[in-house]
Amino acid sequence: MTITGGKKREKIDRLAELAAREDEQGVSLWKEAFRRLRRNPAAVIGVVILAIFVLVAVIGPFLVPYSPTDSIGIREGLVKSGQGIIPGVSADHWLGFDHQGRDEFSRLIVGARQTLLVGVVSTLIGLAVGALIGGVAGAAAGLGGRWGRWIDTTLMRFIDMLLAMPSLLLAVSIAALLGASLTTVMIAVGVVSVPIFARLLRGSMIAQANSDYVLAATSLGVKRSKIALTHVVPNSIAPVIVQATLTLATAIIEAAALSFLGLGNPDSAIPEWGVMLADAQPYLGIRPGLAIYPALGIIITALGFTLLGEAMREALDPKLRK
Amino acid sequence: MSDNDILVEVRDLKVHFPIRRGVLFDRTVGHVKAVDGVDLSIPRGKTYGLVGESGCGKSTLGRALLQLNPPTSGEVKFDGVELTTLPAGKLRTMRRRMQMIFQDPMSSLDPRQNVESILTEGLQTHGIGANRDDRRRIIGETLDAVGLPRWALSRYPHEFSGGQRQRIGIARALVLGPELIVADEPVSALDVSIQAQVVNLLDELQDSLGLTYLVIAHDLAVVRHISDVVGVMYLGALVEEAPSDRLYTEPLHPYTRALMSAVPVPDPDVEDRRERILLAGDLPSPANPPSGCRFHTRCPWAQPTRCADERPELRSIGASRVACHWAEQIAAGELRPHEVTAKITRPEGEGEEPGVVSAPSEPGSYV
Repeated sequence: MTITGGKKREKIDRLAELAAREDEQGVSLWKEAFRRLRRNPAAVIGVVILAIFVLVAVIGPFLVPYSPTDSIGIREGLVKSGQGIIPGVSADHWLGFDHQGRDEFSRLIVGARQTLLVGVVSTLIGLAVGALIGGVAGAAAGLGGRWGRWIDTTLMRFIDMLLAMPSLLLAVSIAALLGASLTTVMIAVGVVSVPIFARLLRGSMIAQANSDYVLAATSLGVKRSKIALTHVVPNSIAPVIVQATLTLATAIIEAAALSFLGLGNPDSAIPEWGVMLADAQPYLGIRPGLAIYPALGIIITALGFTLLGEAMREALDPKLRK
Repeated sequence: MSDNDILVEVRDLKVHFPIRRGVLFDRTVGHVKAVDGVDLSIPRGKTYGLVGESGCGKSTLGRALLQLNPPTSGEVKFDGVELTTLPAGKLRTMRRRMQMIFQDPMSSLDPRQNVESILTEGLQTHGIGANRDDRRRIIGETLDAVGLPRWALSRYPHEFSGGQRQRIGIARALVLGPELIVADEPVSALDVSIQAQVVNLLDELQDSLGLTYLVIAHDLAVVRHISDVVGVMYLGALVEEAPSDRLYTEPLHPYTRALMSAVPVPDPDVEDRRERILLAGDLPSPANPPSGCRFHTRCPWAQPTRCADERPELRSIGASRVACHWAEQIAAGELRPHEVTAKITRPEGEGEEPGVVSAPSEPGSYV
């Protein structure tokens, strides 16, 4: 090989680059992903839907025209569910009444808060427990040597057991075990998503632990525990964040399903979209809107989370990076 | 050469990877003998080149030397200190003095760290530099040394070109002020035009900082250019070691001869007439290496005696060290090469002789 002395040219190139880019700052992967996310219309739609949903859930209950638990319709003699009289849309009551004569619109708005609460809390439970188990297993398997493999095997067989059970069955069993309440629903839905988060983080961490930059850090003399926290985990969490967003959607649907099955909050006076669906069942023939409104709420919210999650997956995927 | 001039001394180094089976309980069903008995020493301030085809264990040897893969047995002495038995804490301190440069500069840099953080990590680990300003000064000097501009500090690896990334990798190794650098295929992931720049950079750094290199490569030309001594590996062991010019002009081991005959000559007439030694078959599995001389299954000079049942030691012939029973006779022309047929057969009419392949099968080997 002949080594040509292109040093001068090299220097000029470097000066040119220096002049062109000196004042620019580096763009981290997170920044770049966020930039890509902003350009994706699906992400924008998802964010708008979720922003409206969160706004409604947070301040909606203070603005509703009627109390969601007050049976005005029956008091005023407008609603006679026994005889199949449930008035629909009107100027005073925008979405009519439910079977107990409560204002449907107010219930829908207040129900959003319950739905958001259940979705977020149960996803956080799943994320926290799953990421803890998966993180320990992943660090042990990737960096821990012989003992690490043993810890990893033990934890993962436990996760496999959870994964082997159908999720709704698992949730129903947990709900039945702990008794019907809102907390139960959150725990049940959270537990169902634990194995997904655990497996995802573990797999991602093992892949990162075998990468060259971990080897490079080892050869620098960095401790294994520090490598796990500063290199392996930060490079492994992107898929977990995406999964968490997508899980919010399924958590809302699962929570609604559990409430529908009567495993949710026994006090049906507090509106919840799943409970509203269940309540509307006998009156489907008379007033189908009672089922359609909460169902639409669930669908649109889940859609918002899914759109955002999928867009995030695209934005964070290193394979799509140019 | 006195002991004081030897920086790294490797004695009978073995790295065997267990092959594990079983779901719940690990069962070791065999070993891949990636490195199987290597002796070598690297003089201070010199460059030792290690060549061999893919899978011959050269990268594993480099990593075992730095204790990144724990050796199964054998000794690695670095400046008189035995590394294989060193407690973890002391080994970490020692790592400051021996660094590594990787093949793929993209995968060896953490994509979420900017250059400053990449370079600071080592300094912080070893407590180099009294404060932030002091560290910045050291980092700045290192950037100058590898030819990167200061604005690189706030940037992330994906914002650089391949050659620049490799410079970052070199800077990461240099910033600790090491004595030994193990460069594992430092240029094979780069464009040919960039290769020269990086090779020259390594050369300049050696001159100015007195570094000792172990350069691992499959590219014979790069190794020749940069090395003082070259070792040729085959199936986990050294088959020949010689000063680089001597190795290229007078290869003694049959495998080295085959390797050298695969290097094209930039003269069409010579190129057409010169004799090429084609090796039959593939590299045998390192999990079950051939008995005796590892190369006897593919060697065109293999003899009925000794080759199959006696493992040749590295012995000195002139300035070279060779692991071949018949090296003198082959060099003198007393033994003639004969046809070796590989066991693999291909359907007829595919042009090539059945299963005949030339020695280095990695792309880019002939550059």
